[in-house]
Amino acid sequence: MGAGHGGALAAAYVPGDSPVHRLEPHTKLVAVLGFALVVVATPVHAGWAPLAYAGFLLLLLTVAGVARVRPGRLLRGLVVEVPFVLFAVLLPFVSRGPRTDVLGLSLSESGLAAGGSILAKATLSVLAATLLAATTDARALLRGLERLRLPTVLVQILSFMIRYTDVVGGELRRMQVARESRGFRGRHLGALKVLGPAAGSLFIRSYERGERVHLAMLSRGYTGRLPAGPIAVAGGRAWATALSLPLAAVAVLAGGSLLG
Amino acid sequence: MHVPDGFLDATTSTGTAAVAAAGVALALRGSRHELDERTAPMAGLTAVFVFAVQMMNFPVAFGTSGHLMGGALAAVLVGPWTAVLCLTVVLMVQALVFADGGLTALGTNVTLLGLVAIGVGYGVFRGLRAVLPATRTGLLASAGVGAFLSVPVAALVFVGLFGLGGVADVALGPVTAAMVGVHLLIGLGEAVITVAVLGAVLTVRPDLVRGGRHLLRARELAPRPDLAGATAVDAR
Repeated sequence: MGAGHGGALAAAYVPGDSPVHRLEPHTKLVAVLGFALVVVATPVHAGWAPLAYAGFLLLLLTVAGVARVRPGRLLRGLVVEVPFVLFAVLLPFVSRGPRTDVLGLSLSESGLAAGGSILAKATLSVLAATLLAATTDARALLRGLERLRLPTVLVQILSFMIRYTDVVGGELRRMQVARESRGFRGRHLGALKVLGPAAGSLFIRSYERGERVHLAMLSRGYTGRLPAGPIAVAGGRAWATALSLPLAAVAVLAGGSLLG
Repeated sequence: MHVPDGFLDATTSTGTAAVAAAGVALALRGSRHELDERTAPMAGLTAVFVFAVQMMNFPVAFGTSGHLMGGALAAVLVGPWTAVLCLTVVLMVQALVFADGGLTALGTNVTLLGLVAIGVGYGVFRGLRAVLPATRTGLLASAGVGAFLSVPVAALVFVGLFGLGGVADVALGPVTAAMVGVHLLIGLGEAVITVAVLGAVLTVRPDLVRGGRHLLRARELAPRPDLAGATAVDAR
């Protein structure tokens, strides 16, 4: 696939040649999952929790610096959490427990802690996942998941998804252009009468393409397994580099609970 | 909207991850009746379809918009087990590539949007299909009700999980009311789109609707008598 292909899935990837880009994908997957686990395990109501969050953020920014991922890319990644920001902002108002006055508003103390920690934890792990997606392209992620023994059927569904998202997305876009050039505006519930059948024909087109691909693969001798290249072996050094992120996070957590 | 990291505590996340893993393992086993490894391309393209359709927003109310979850729809189209696998893959891609839904919350999201939504949607669909007359309308009605119920039930299960392992001490009554209220509206949209998609597919390729196989009747090929004369003339 040349530049410009891959559509929505490839848009998340920032090409580069940093040490983070070069790490084996499965080590990065384990590292980011480990980091997210440590972040989630941070106790909500501990007094030192905000310091720990700051420490985690510093770790992520260091990785972003090494990977040369621009701050703008990280900020765009944060857009997905907007609905939860609203929820977190509401929490201090609706939570129970002792109340405290902030700027003349009566807020729940536990709600403040919980809302703040939800926000911090969600932001940190969205940043970590954004870093992963920015330094690992979709096919490398697939290879990583395969190395981590994801069941074959899931790996294959995933590989077709990565290959055909652009094609189906293109169909979706063409249908949208066709609709809008005929004066369609999806502003009211009546729009469903148009969008429903459009989605229906999208399914038929996708599925029929799947059938054609399937037959083409069978006629080329497909047996249910895609030939994979040689499996890259990650050495101790690669693992040590990748795992330095979650281990540093564990150190921050341990430091917090010992000193706090 | 997917559950992000940090919303539920580590114990609950681990619990739902175990439930999700067990469910996906069951689905891998069950999907052998629907697909074998060699038909993975079709399942893959169905996953792409679910992913694409989730990008189509429809207006809900008060200027907000919702999108299809697609669990019930996929279950009626390709069978419940394959639908679980497709939704699992879609959720994995959304978590890994778009950071939409947390990595440690992946189990929770698969449990809610995959297992619960598909279980409820397809269960209701099968139950109603057995009761309602075996017609196109009966099929569409059962799928619509299934899709409608799948959304608020998934929301209710989420509230239950939040009560068990949520990080905030919130009175569950109002939260339940708000969540179920909003999701009843989203469920209506889900039902309308599901019915519209199924209707369109039933019209063009009824053989692709797995949940509607009973409507297909084998037809014998027969020459149309009124055309017999015309062909004779053409052949001349």
